[in-house]
Amino acid sequence: MTHCIREKRKLLSSKTVQTVQESLFPSPGFRNIIIVFKIVSRSAYYFFYAKTLINRKGGRRMRLSSKDLLGLADMGSDEITLILDTAKDMKKIVTSSMKRVNYLQGKSVVTLFYENSTRTRVSFELAAKYMGAHAVNVSVSTSSVAKGETLIDTGKTLEAMGTDIIIIRHSQSGAPHFLAKNVKSSVINAGDGMHEHPTQALLDMMTMREVFGTLEGLKVAIIGDISHSRVARSNIIGLTKMGAQVNLYAPATLMPPFIEKTGARICPTIEDAVAGCDVIMGLRLQLERQKNALFPSTCEFSKFFGLNPENIKGAGKNVLFMHPGPVNRGVEMTSSIIDADNSYINKQVTNGVAVRMAILYLLTGRETV
Amino acid sequence: MRILVRNAKIIQGDRTETGVDLLIRDGLIVSMGRGIIENEADTIIDATGLYALPGLVDAHCHLRDPGFEYKEDIETGTMSAAKGGFTSIACMPNTNPPVDNAAVVRYIVEKASQKGVVNVYPIGAITKGLQGSELSEMGTLKEAGIVAVSDDGKPVMNGDVMKKAMIYAGQFGLPVISHCEDVNIADGGSMNEGFVSTLLGLRGIPSAAEAVMVAREIILSEYTGVPVHIAHVSTKTSVELIRHAKRRGVRVSAETCPHYFTLTEKSCLGYDTNAKMNPPLRSEEDRDAVIEGLKDGTIEIIATDHAPHHDDEKNVEFEKAANGIVGFETALALGYTYLVEQGHLTLPELIRKMTVNPARMLRIDKGTLECGKAADLILVDFDNEYAIDVSNFASKSRNSPFNGFRVKGRVKTTIVNGRIVWSESM
Repeated sequence: MTHCIREKRKLLSSKTVQTVQESLFPSPGFRNIIIVFKIVSRSAYYFFYAKTLINRKGGRRMRLSSKDLLGLADMGSDEITLILDTAKDMKKIVTSSMKRVNYLQGKSVVTLFYENSTRTRVSFELAAKYMGAHAVNVSVSTSSVAKGETLIDTGKTLEAMGTDIIIIRHSQSGAPHFLAKNVKSSVINAGDGMHEHPTQALLDMMTMREVFGTLEGLKVAIIGDISHSRVARSNIIGLTKMGAQVNLYAPATLMPPFIEKTGARICPTIEDAVAGCDVIMGLRLQLERQKNALFPSTCEFSKFFGLNPENIKGAGKNVLFMHPGPVNRGVEMTSSIIDADNSYINKQVTNGVAVRMAILYLLTGRETV
Repeated sequence: MRILVRNAKIIQGDRTETGVDLLIRDGLIVSMGRGIIENEADTIIDATGLYALPGLVDAHCHLRDPGFEYKEDIETGTMSAAKGGFTSIACMPNTNPPVDNAAVVRYIVEKASQKGVVNVYPIGAITKGLQGSELSEMGTLKEAGIVAVSDDGKPVMNGDVMKKAMIYAGQFGLPVISHCEDVNIADGGSMNEGFVSTLLGLRGIPSAAEAVMVAREIILSEYTGVPVHIAHVSTKTSVELIRHAKRRGVRVSAETCPHYFTLTEKSCLGYDTNAKMNPPLRSEEDRDAVIEGLKDGTIEIIATDHAPHHDDEKNVEFEKAANGIVGFETALALGYTYLVEQGHLTLPELIRKMTVNPARMLRIDKGTLECGKAADLILVDFDNEYAIDVSNFASKSRNSPFNGFRVKGRVKTTIVNGRIVWSESM
């Protein structure tokens, strides 16, 4: 199909279609005509707008170098940029009223989550469905995993069912890598243990790029339980790769050893960490991962390591507040920060779908080219 | 059965002698020298270009029998040892049931004499059930055949129990071998704590977890006057503590394993479970300190910590994977390639660390090549490079991070008590 349509195409956004519909056919008597028009416009949308994306970069569908997306540590800045650029286009689809393209038509996507999740799982599922894939959730508590099936067997079963992409979240670091080594399906890491959460970091970076235009030279402070945070790891690795300056502050017992080797800076005080920053990112205190004696109490944590209007006074004027969620209100940051105008904690979520659409699109591109 | 080994190179002190013939009769070496004429030899082995060395002695291995025969058993384990050049091996007590009662000792000794091809010396448990609380019946275990005590794999966390174990074992002349790890400091980690563990998001085991216990054992040994042997030394601080203790005259001995002087934590990148062991592979600084310790004699023994595991226990998520690697069949070649060829040790120094030194620690009369002694010897080719291939292992298991490594030092023939138990042409 791609090759049949080679002529120049007009970009026809669905928003235009909608406006045209409303202005031309205001009365319900024209319903049938509207339905016909909708069908025509939808096909036009598929074939015109969609193809403009597919034909990017000299008519070839761009792709990622690897079969899987396991972490930002394995990716170059060019690939990160490709994902962020593609996500920008995908966002147009997410924010349009016609959330349907056919890039993933005939593909099957399975989300295999061994840990709880709301936003990551839903946004992956929506991303797959907006692009026409068959998306299935495996609920670990009701699946054979509860009967003791190993990850490798679950993976092989899904592979045998013809799954093109497996999206996995697992409590053990490296579980997605292990799965990827053992199945031919593409594997996307939706968070593994204390290792990486690459899609979250990509959506954070997308948000920062939208607001500031670039990541190069951006000053980002990451505050809180860095040791247990896969979001922090992916952001530190990704942002430093993209030329941002990353400042870190945490209780010394929750700072991973030698993290400064990534290029991030460990700061002596919270004030020092946020001074002149463009972005302040809080992290969830991962109470479920806490073993004994890492910090005395949540009360003491919020007092010395929580973000409040007082200790962030030195940050940049237009500083952006971020948090991967879910937030423990009053522990990592005060509600006044969470609900501030420059808080992107909820706005980030839209970009989550766009980034995941971009990744699904770029990974399946592997097979079609 | 008479075997004549012709034209071998042997090590005499620090020198190499060439053109030596060895005559073996009735399980003993009866003569060694140039131009031995023996018309009645049943077998004549031409050892031109090969070294005839005393059979290697391993102070630390796991035969997995009884209880874990799917990983290894005494038959395959001793064959693996023979193929690697080991003729006497001391096996750790973490079997199922553990070696904390005479019946299990007798089972191992008996099975080794029937099915085994090398000399097997069981090591008994320090505490009942390896639980770290009550002393095992060390006297009875010694009667049944153990040569040392250890709770290997499960450190004795209670210092008072260790102190009493040393005093009690000392009375029976049993060496105490300590797996040094403070499990609280290790805190459930699965690899060395460092930048690599941070990158991989794996819980790290600080090197302090080992060093703290090394310090405790040295202090307790000094206090009780009983010698202690530190198993698998892997960190710089441990080496320094042992060096310092030896200077002060504390009766401490130490071993390390080939993986600690060849590999570092970087082998864990990509979540390679064959690089997962306990103690974990450490930093480059630690590896260099271990080599330094081998050079100056702080570490006098190289042991294998042969720890076979089934593929199902290794082909899993990293944190779930079992600790340890197959060791017999790569140890000598790794020692030669990484220590002798690199100029850290001479060949005689390497061989002493794999023969007489462990024999002395275990108080067994092995590890030398002398007339009148048991004919435990190996013929080794140190000249031709080859690639390690795990699929050729005699062990039941394949878990080795050294697959594909190019090394020198291939055992051609292994003779135990005057009998050829393994030969490349077999």
